[in-house]
Amino acid sequence: MGNWINNALFGWYPYVALAVFLLGSLLRFDHGQYTWRAGSSQLLRRKQLRLGSNLFHLGILVIFGGHLVGLLTPVAVFDALGIGHGFKQGMAMLVGGIAGIACWIGIALLAHRRLLDPRIRATSSTSDTAILLLLWAQLTLGLLTIPVSAQHMDGHEMVKFMTWAQGIVTLQPGVAAEVADVSLIFKLHLFLGMTLFVVFPFTRLVHVWSAPVWYLGRTGYQVVRTRRPVARAMADATPAVAGSTGRKPVAEAPALPAGGN
Amino acid sequence: MSHFLDRLTFFRKQVDTFADGHGVVTNEPRAWEDGYRKRWQHDKVVRSTHGVNCTGSCSWKIYVKGGIVTWETQQTDYPRTRPDLPNHEPRGCARGASYSWYLYSANRVKHPMVRGRLLKLWREARAIRTPVAAWASIVEDAEKRASYTKKRGLGGFVRAGWDEVNEIIAAANAYTARTYGPDRVIGFSPIPAMSMVSYAAGSRYLSLLGGVCMSFYDWYCDLPPASPMTWGEQTDVPESADWYNAGYLMLWGSNVPQTRTPDAHFYTEVRYKGTKSVVVSPDYAEATKFADLWLHPKQGTDAALALAMGHVMLREFYLDRTVPYFDDYARRYTDMPMLVRLVRQGDRYVAERLLRADDFVDGMGEANNPAWKTVAFDAAGNPVVPNGSIGFRWGEQGKWNLEARESGGADVTLALTLAGHGPTARVAFPYFGGAATNGFTATEHPDVLVRNIPVRNLQLRDGEALVTTVFDLLCGNYGLDRGFGGGHVAHSYDTDEPFTPAWAERVTGVPRHQIIHVAREFASNAEKTKGRSMVILGAGLNHWYHMDMAYRGIINLLVFCGCIGQSGGGWAHYVGQEKLRPQTGWAPIAFALDWSRPPRQQNSTSFFYAHTDQWRYETLGVSEILSPTAPEGDWSGALIDYNVRAERMGWLPSAPQLRQNPLTIAARARAAGMEPKDYVAQAVQSGELELSCQDPDDPANWPRNMFVWRSNLLGSSGKGHEYFLKHLLGTSHGVLGKDLGEEGHETPREVRWHDKAPEGKLDLLVTLDFRMSTTCVYSDIVLPTATWYEKNDLNTSDMHPFIHPLSAAVDPAWEARSDWEIYKGIARSFSEVAPEVLGKETDVVLTPIQHDTAGELAQPYEVQDWKTGAVPPIPGRTMPAVSVVERDYPALYERFTSVGPLLEKLGNGGKGIGWDTRHEVEFLRALNGTAPNGQPRLDADLDAIEAILSLAPETNGEVAVKAWEALGRFTGRDHAHLALPKEDEKIRYRDVQAQPRKIISSPTWSGLESEKVCYNAGYTNVHELIPWRTLTGRQQLYQDHLWMRGFGESLVTWRPPVDTKAVAPVQGRHGNGNTEIVLNFITPHQKWGIHSTYSDNLLMLTLNRGGPVIWMSEDDAQRAGIADNDWVEAYNANGALVARAVVSQRVNPGMVMMYHAQEKIVNMPGSEVTGQRGGIHNSVTRAVLKPTHMIGGYAHQSYGFNYYGTVGANRDEFIVIRRMNKVDWLEDTAAKEIV
Repeated sequence: MGNWINNALFGWYPYVALAVFLLGSLLRFDHGQYTWRAGSSQLLRRKQLRLGSNLFHLGILVIFGGHLVGLLTPVAVFDALGIGHGFKQGMAMLVGGIAGIACWIGIALLAHRRLLDPRIRATSSTSDTAILLLLWAQLTLGLLTIPVSAQHMDGHEMVKFMTWAQGIVTLQPGVAAEVADVSLIFKLHLFLGMTLFVVFPFTRLVHVWSAPVWYLGRTGYQVVRTRRPVARAMADATPAVAGSTGRKPVAEAPALPAGGN
Repeated sequence: MSHFLDRLTFFRKQVDTFADGHGVVTNEPRAWEDGYRKRWQHDKVVRSTHGVNCTGSCSWKIYVKGGIVTWETQQTDYPRTRPDLPNHEPRGCARGASYSWYLYSANRVKHPMVRGRLLKLWREARAIRTPVAAWASIVEDAEKRASYTKKRGLGGFVRAGWDEVNEIIAAANAYTARTYGPDRVIGFSPIPAMSMVSYAAGSRYLSLLGGVCMSFYDWYCDLPPASPMTWGEQTDVPESADWYNAGYLMLWGSNVPQTRTPDAHFYTEVRYKGTKSVVVSPDYAEATKFADLWLHPKQGTDAALALAMGHVMLREFYLDRTVPYFDDYARRYTDMPMLVRLVRQGDRYVAERLLRADDFVDGMGEANNPAWKTVAFDAAGNPVVPNGSIGFRWGEQGKWNLEARESGGADVTLALTLAGHGPTARVAFPYFGGAATNGFTATEHPDVLVRNIPVRNLQLRDGEALVTTVFDLLCGNYGLDRGFGGGHVAHSYDTDEPFTPAWAERVTGVPRHQIIHVAREFASNAEKTKGRSMVILGAGLNHWYHMDMAYRGIINLLVFCGCIGQSGGGWAHYVGQEKLRPQTGWAPIAFALDWSRPPRQQNSTSFFYAHTDQWRYETLGVSEILSPTAPEGDWSGALIDYNVRAERMGWLPSAPQLRQNPLTIAARARAAGMEPKDYVAQAVQSGELELSCQDPDDPANWPRNMFVWRSNLLGSSGKGHEYFLKHLLGTSHGVLGKDLGEEGHETPREVRWHDKAPEGKLDLLVTLDFRMSTTCVYSDIVLPTATWYEKNDLNTSDMHPFIHPLSAAVDPAWEARSDWEIYKGIARSFSEVAPEVLGKETDVVLTPIQHDTAGELAQPYEVQDWKTGAVPPIPGRTMPAVSVVERDYPALYERFTSVGPLLEKLGNGGKGIGWDTRHEVEFLRALNGTAPNGQPRLDADLDAIEAILSLAPETNGEVAVKAWEALGRFTGRDHAHLALPKEDEKIRYRDVQAQPRKIISSPTWSGLESEKVCYNAGYTNVHELIPWRTLTGRQQLYQDHLWMRGFGESLVTWRPPVDTKAVAPVQGRHGNGNTEIVLNFITPHQKWGIHSTYSDNLLMLTLNRGGPVIWMSEDDAQRAGIADNDWVEAYNANGALVARAVVSQRVNPGMVMMYHAQEKIVNMPGSEVTGQRGGIHNSVTRAVLKPTHMIGGYAHQSYGFNYYGTVGANRDEFIVIRRMNKVDWLEDTAAKEIV
């Protein structure tokens, strides 16, 4: 029975979570363009937001990066680079701990503001409040794993998680067994983590997909979106639609938007 | 395709670059643009306008898509004007273009809302009682009543159904009518011209009930009392197109580009024609940038400026030389040749009343009304009775005209002056300028200025008497040295005597050379163009306590220069949208004159002064405003005492009228075996009946039910806002001062004083609105009404001659209904509920002596109060008129929805003339169909619209001809030629929906609509020789009523702002450590809102600072340590308000401006001083009455609804202002209340 539950939670549930996460995000992006937003409440109250939001976002980005790299980089890569498991775990605990505490303070500020500021509370949806509390719980669980990890600084527990995570993404059956014997606190953290992927498409978290990172590498300060259909524009061998001078008169360019739906 | 997949064309997205790579051309999907494109798509376009008191009345296209109003733009299909005149359009401004926001905004009232506690009580009571008994069980239980009245303004609304709220309202009205009298049911709705059918819906219901319709124009202080004083006309002004005909244009306290935005183009265009523009404004207002010359007098000193200009004009255009045009105009169209009696007062004379035919032994041969016919000298120096004075208007026909004839029929040229013919006398003129307070310049001239005036001795009925002409008095009054010797006159403009330019320079701060320059140019232009000099003026002047002085000062300039009644000239007073063009068609529908007459109407200023108990805090003593030359007599008492006397003598209306229920009076009279009229006269004297005005705080005299519709009374016009909250509503308030009793001051003598003032007089406050306004949040029941794009109605304005429709582009959203449907529903419920306590009843109605009726010839000489025993109480003569009205309460709904029989029986009319209207009623029977009672149907708003348009001469050429013919019988002249070419023209609702239509000329108004002239006030007086409706029949510059003389205003003079003493009681008592400074508090119209609405409109808020602001000068701000955008608090004894400071060079030091009607409901934190949320601009004001506005029973100074009466002045107020330390949004309190 115990084995079955373990298998369901860490062998199958990850796929359910990933499927909902990816498919859900796709559907929402296609069918709910106007709901695709961060839902900022900065307009209503700036108080606590600047500090809280910055601490939270900075912290969570570091943690997210740490988890991504730490879990999905093959062990062989670390070995080849000569990074010992113990050292890696120590780094994870130190950097993750600092980022986690910053993030925790940030989210505490945000949660306080969201729950106790009447103006913010009145305008919050259930999902806005719930996702904040879920993240807060997950972060707390994550921080609680640090003392547990400290009991075995050799990194072998960490390798289990790496193996498990890489097993999941490379579709290895039976990898749930890897984490069968880890501390309950880790299991809770893993489960809640996957659950966050499940709820992701239904909350304001979707704004993560649209983080404007492309802006950093943008070319040109003025963007002219051509009114010609994509297909025809592509068919023209030469860049007929010259933005500066050669923009075709409207009459020639059908007003039909390129994408259409 | 998929949005997501489109995103994957990453490498093909960029197709070109330009500008050296700084720009890129991309091939991204553009489907998202459809969202914006669809926003402006539409299925249909409907013509409507905005029912707002902005005077714009602009035609708009309303775009509708899928049953939703999506946006609006200006209509551009106005009929073209004649070739030499710019077109009217485009009309409309940014504020109007933002209106559609309201329809679907969060602030929309969507369902009938009731105060939760009240609804709970009602449902409990209604479960076991009949409706009226249920209401009685609530309001007769003090604890139950207080449980909801004390929570007004503190939230707690719940939804209810229409049937239920209608029944509550009907039960409350029926209970009130039965228990106290129908005159305890009050309705406040302003400016019918905004949406006349919506106004008529409520006023028709109230009038059938016997309830009271409240005035607004006077209460808003938009009514310039100087207009009825001078012309016997409420207000009549040129349309904006007539600005284009002016040769010289002054803007004086009016901010045309900001407050008349759609009309401002005529102002711009006329400047291209070469017209000179002078702007008089203390601040650098928007209009100032149109100015060729900007005069900036200290605020509130405009009268002094006008007086000095008048001094120059009289000197240079009347005394130094004679201008034939001015001279002729003065003799024929003004009272300047009329004779005034002089009476001895100590060692000098004072001017008394105008001489009457009756003063001569033989009555000058006048048998009819000799006491009301004024007298002048002809060129040979013989006294004559010229045609046109008011005595000719009533009781005889054919001589009430301005032909240059005397009563006997002989041609006559009246003498303007007695100079050169005989002796002079020393005549005293009051001077008030020495007693200026609050930083206004006090000059050291004595309070009585004795000047030598040419006189003549006449043998009269009561012996020999000295007389002089109004012109000679005027010259003396203006301080002109004419070589008669004596003091206080000047020959040089540099002499410091009232009212020379040098004197005015001291008082106003305007350099004398500018005053002389403008006066000279203004008059010189008028001389050359025969009167094409115009002054546009407005609230900037009219909201001061002594507004009459500024106004009469300016009117005098226009009269001196012959500008009134001339195209391109005259007095252009623009404040509110009072021009209800089809007035005489509308009035019978609106006041149910088709079923019963007279309706109950009340002047709001006196009403609110009494019933919000502002009189209990009065600081202005009568002695402070009384003239040092006041005639002998009793001038004691407080301001409210004067109002009570005025009500008693039949001058002003009362509401409620008697302490006793008016439904019981007829029975009492029957029991006494007397006619109700005689019974009331006898019983008020014996004390058996008591006038309510003598004890407004007695629960028997409280107003009990109040309707507010089309208005934001509590968020906008309610001067003394905090007193409204405290006494009328009985809820939390911010009054900081103490009343007269607590202060130990003398209390009024005519009014009973209660040591403990009542708090919460109203049982029920019902407001109809489409938005949750400040008034709504204080109401007990809020009814969702249709917006201006959801109902059918009519709208007219002063600014143009067109009639505009409001049209239902879409059905009212959510549960909203049009005002017509709402009141119809209440009427139906009332008819169902009424039989519980009411059947056919006999109502005894008191009405004041009315202007434009024969009754206005009531009290020709002395002021005699029957209370003192000087005269007996005679209804309609020395006391209010008494009428008996039959009311059929169960049939109220039937009457509401059909045109009653009185129109056919008694005819229709207005402004003193009447005509037979059977033909039009018959037409309506055919057009609207008949109701079950056989009368024309009046079921839907469209029926009411057609009734108005059919009955009015302005929209039915046939009626216009009848009306002109009726007037012709009075004047003995043919006027029908003005309408005959349009006799067959009938304007119907679909016509005005198709395209704006110009009205047909009618005798209701003094201007004409024609191909030759733009609408201009007084035009028919001058060109058709129709007298002004004044005592003399001419433009009256001399006001001879005893009270006018008593208060020193028989001629225009300089009166500094009064001292309301509101600052001393609070100064230094509410310190928060920041510097406190004292400033004059001015409340102009705003840029981001219009009148009482729009200041909660998100689009407009986004254009400004997003909440309440006040404007102050850099100097004052520095003095008080206030930086731009700081939160500041302003307060005085009346209350407190908070706002952000806009620190601007625009404002002159010494005053602070707060745009009026900034809602309490948007971005308004709590006040540090009162602990209450914010406050509105009227939180620091209080209405102060002026006795001269109470005069009645005296020709042009007789009462008329919105025509004459006390006005709600508010600009003399001062406030303490300081920076706030703590901006508390009171959200904790609110959150706790919610929990």
